[in-house]
Parts: sequence; C-alpha cells; structure tokens
Amino acid sequence: MINEKQLDSQASSASDPQQSKEPASTTEPFLYRLFGNQREFKTNLSLLSMSLPGIVLLFVFAYLPMIGIIIAFKDYRFNLGILGSEWVGFQNFRFLFGTDAAFRITRNTLLMNLLFISTITVCALAVAILMNEAYRSRMSKYYQTMLFFPYFISWVIVSYFVFAFLNGQTGLINQWVDALELDRIAWYRSPEYWPVILTLANLWNGIGFSSIIYLAGILGISPELFEAAKIDGAGKLQQIRFITLPMLYPMIIILTLLAIGRIFHADFGLFFFLPRDNPLLYSTTDVIDTFVYRSLVELGEISMAAAAGFYQSFVGFLLVVGANWVVRRFNEDYALY
Amino acid sequence: MTVTTSRQPTQMNRYRLQAFLGRFAVHAVLTVVGLTCLIPLILVVSISLSDELRLAKEGYQLLPVGFTTFAYEYILQQPGQILRSYAVTAFVTAFGTIAGLLVCSLLAWPLARKDFRLRGPLSFYVFFTLLFNGGMVPFYILVTRYLGLKDNIFVLILPYMVTAWYVLIIRTSFAQLPTELLDAARIDGAGEWRVFFQIVVPLSKPVLATIGLFFVLRYWNDWFLALLFIDDSSMYPLQYLLYVLMANINFMAANPQTTGMPIPTLSARMAMAVLAFGPALFSFLLLQKYFVRGITIGGLKG
Repeated sequence: MINEKQLDSQASSASDPQQSKEPASTTEPFLYRLFGNQREFKTNLSLLSMSLPGIVLLFVFAYLPMIGIIIAFKDYRFNLGILGSEWVGFQNFRFLFGTDAAFRITRNTLLMNLLFISTITVCALAVAILMNEAYRSRMSKYYQTMLFFPYFISWVIVSYFVFAFLNGQTGLINQWVDALELDRIAWYRSPEYWPVILTLANLWNGIGFSSIIYLAGILGISPELFEAAKIDGAGKLQQIRFITLPMLYPMIIILTLLAIGRIFHADFGLFFFLPRDNPLLYSTTDVIDTFVYRSLVELGEISMAAAAGFYQSFVGFLLVVGANWVVRRFNEDYALY
Repeated sequence: MTVTTSRQPTQMNRYRLQAFLGRFAVHAVLTVVGLTCLIPLILVVSISLSDELRLAKEGYQLLPVGFTTFAYEYILQQPGQILRSYAVTAFVTAFGTIAGLLVCSLLAWPLARKDFRLRGPLSFYVFFTLLFNGGMVPFYILVTRYLGLKDNIFVLILPYMVTAWYVLIIRTSFAQLPTELLDAARIDGAGEWRVFFQIVVPLSKPVLATIGLFFVLRYWNDWFLALLFIDDSSMYPLQYLLYVLMANINFMAANPQTTGMPIPTLSARMAMAVLAFGPALFSFLLLQKYFVRGITIGGLKG
C-alpha cells in the first residue's frame, strides 16, 4: 500500500515515515491517512505488534479448528487431509443419528448438566448464606478451606477417591454395607447409581467455587437493608427470605442462564475418569464429549466423531447466543456481550 | 413496675438464647459439611498408610489399618517415573505460566487502549473464541497431522497459552490504570513497549499474579493434552501418569527394576496419588485468598 502511494506521489521522500517529520497532506501514505498522523501510526503499529503473538496463537489453536469443522461434511482420509477429502454432504450425520448412541449421549449430557446446575445452585446458595452468617467468626476461614480445596484437585485424582469408596472388593462403602449385613453392590457394574455418584462428585468439586461467587454477592448487599429490617423486628430467617434471596435473584438467574448456555458441553474429565471408561456404565455416563473422544482416539471412527463434534459445537453455539440474548433482555450489565 | 422489670431479663435471655442457638446451628452445619468434604482426602491418605495384607483382608477404612509407610518407601526406592513426571509437569507449568501471562497481557494491553484503531475487531476476534470452538476432532487432526506436534513437550503448553477469559479479565484491569502516568511517560519519550513493561506491568501486579495462579493451576492439573497427544512415557505429565496407573495397575510392575519385590498395589496406588496432589494442594491452599479474589472478579464482572 505504502509503495503504491509512494509511486503515485511526486515527493516520494516526504512520505517515508523514517525521514519525514511532518508529511504534507497530499503526500500522506495510505496508512497515515488511516491512522491520522505519524505518531498515531507508530503507536498503532507498536500496539499491533504487541498483540501479534496472541493473534497468531488464537488463529492456530482456535480459528483453524473452526475451519476444520467442515470435516463433518467430508469422508476424511488421512492421506488426503481435511481439505483434500471428499465432500459427502450429510452422510456422517445420517450415520450418527441412525445409531442409539446419538439419543443416549444427548439425553445424558442434558440431564446430567441439569442435575449439576440445580444441585450446585441450591447447595452453593445455602452454603453462601451460612458462610455469611459465620463471616466474622474465626472459623470462617477454615470452613472456606474445607469447602474450596476440592477445586484444586483434578478429575484424575478424584477418580482415585471414588475408586477408594466404590471398588467392589475393598471399597469403603462396601465395608459399611458388610457391617450392616446387606448385600454388596457392584458399583462399577450398576449404571443406575451413576447419575447420583457423578452429581455428588460434581457437587463436592464445585460447591466451593460457586459459593464464593454467591457469598461475594451477599457481601455486596447494602447493610442498611438488613439494619432497617432488624429495627422492624425481622428475624434472621425473615431477613434471608425477604432481603438476601430477592437481592440475589438477578445473579442466580444470570448464572443459571449462562450455565444453560453451556449445557451441551459436558465436563469431559468427570465423565471419562470417574466411571473409568467402563462400557457397562455407558447407558448413564456416556456424554457427547466422551463419545467424541472414544470414536476419535479409541475406535478411529473419525466420521462419527466429527459429526457428533459438529452437532455439539453448533447446538452449543446457538444455546450460548440464545442464553446471552435472554440475559441481555434481563439486564445488560450481566450479558456476556 | 415490678412486672416490667422482672419480664425484661427473661426476654433478653430468650433473645440471647435464640441468637446463640442460631449461631450454633450455622457452625454445626458448616462443620459437618466441611468435614464431609474432607472424607475422601482422609480415606485416600489412610489407605496409603495402611498395611497391604490387612487392606486386602479388611478392605479400605477411614483410619489406617496397621500403620506403615511401606508404600511410600516402595515408590521412593524407584522414583524414576514419578520424578520424571514431576519434572515434565514442573517445566510445563513454569514455562506455560510465564509465556502465557506474557502473551495474554500483551494482547490485553492494546484491547484496553481507546486510541488503538483495531480495538473493536480485535476484541471480537478474542471474544468469539468463547462462543464457538471447533471441538476435539479438528483440533486433534490439526495438531497431529498438520502441526506434527505429537509427542512434543510444547503440545502440552501452546494450546492453553491464550485463554480469552484471562485476556478479558486482564484487559478490564488495564483499562482502569490512571492515564496521567502513561501520558507523562510518553511525553518523556518512552515508546509503547517501554510504557508497557516499565509502567503497565508493575502497576498491574495484583491482576497478573491472580491470572498467573490460574495458569499454574490449569497447567499443573492438565491431563487432557497428554491424553490426546503424548504416547512417550518419558513425557507423561503427573496427572496423565496417574491416569495410566489407574487404567493399568501393572504399569509400575512392568518396570523391570521393580520385579522380585512384593508390590503393594492397593496402598502404593493411593500413595502415588497422595505424592502427586499433596505438595501442589498444600501450595494452592496457602495461596487460596488470591484464587478467591480471582473468582470474585471473573464471576461477577465476567
């Protein structure tokens, strides 16, 4: 751009950013005109060069896979690559939705996420309210640590914890079952228990995080409201019922809506490590993410994996945009964009 | 007169009693819930300190059965793989956190600048990655076939280096810096890079420390990238090593140096888990309040 302009202009030396201190308006190169003057141009150039590493990394690891999503409409052959493989239209999707798996993974993903959202919201609110009551006590710091430490533990380690409780031979729960003289339960062969097990594990892992957010919300409520209520004779329970909860409603609704926007994405680690990728448990523990991983890496059914992955990305995108639209109508400050 | 004076103390007492009972209930519930959260941790530590033979006979218990540190001695006699994995994880975490912080804050600074002409498009470019992603399949094919990063240590680092959330949180903090100071530096002739490193970064230590901690946590606890891209056991990060041990208890026994010894599989497995999460958990708990601050910023403003 600069070169063309330089050739067009009569005084080419004046438009050289290195030499000219005050370029005349007629001989200004194109980029100068875009960026006002030389100083602004230099500033913008510096700022652009700062953001360049980030731009490149995002392009490679976020945008290239977005383009690569066309693989869902192709018959992928390793030697031909993504661009070289043949287009097959919706064949991969017909293949995916022709199986029982499509219904199973959709149902499991949605239901388990709904269970997670509701349990976490209710329990985190309860804990936050209690923590607020104990906030000035010396103990509050210890409560917070006990509730928050699971947040630092990865799902791989959690799978060790769950194994210690549930394994058929030596697991703690079956020792208790023995002590009560009941029949032992083969947890890793009984899919019906896993929605509860996974919900408890998720609650254990996430309650500290969520209750911190709600506690921050409660601490943000003006203390005058509580004092006025106290003078009017309201007890603690009434204060919670008529002040704390109503003041938190916007936050609860918004966090829930944003969680619903992500309802098509399961927590891969939770569903992959805790049931130990056990086929006997797939009926309740197989979700879209574990299905995509298994099809891609373990079974090598790339078409199936690509179709399921596209299905997740596409519906997930619509849900995020939809949820954000609702949040915006509700309160613009809380919207994602 | 006599009636009122005698009534007042009892009312006061009743009020105090109620308040006391209320406080007692709050602390009781929080204590029970908190201790319940601790049970898995106690169980695993107890198993790792238990006697192997009695574990096999009596099963796992909440308190160690036949207290012994044999499982730890056994692992630490041949620490090859676990030390190796610790080294991999430490390198990935240190390199990833520093590089990630640098790249994210360099990206966040122009986005915080009102005089940056490309601010709008670039903000969208960063933000859009939060809304939509290509998913696992194209990502996997890209890294293995096109970038050729399989079994390369940097595959454990590069994909997480720019995280849109972190960039946006840093940008919000940068945007609140006092502009007078920056203008003064510019008048003194400092270039944009110099302003960034000598003024913006030192003034933003709190937010950078918080985001740095989130980077540390993310890299330290990551198993996902290794699960997809690492086959070579000399590059197993800690979390992935534990997954391999869980999936295949014979992995340790397959090590030729350890044959000929009775393998305490039940307790050693849990001891391995304790060695993997113990030191990290301890350090994270020491830094807990910074995480709490980060969550509050990200949760409320995000």
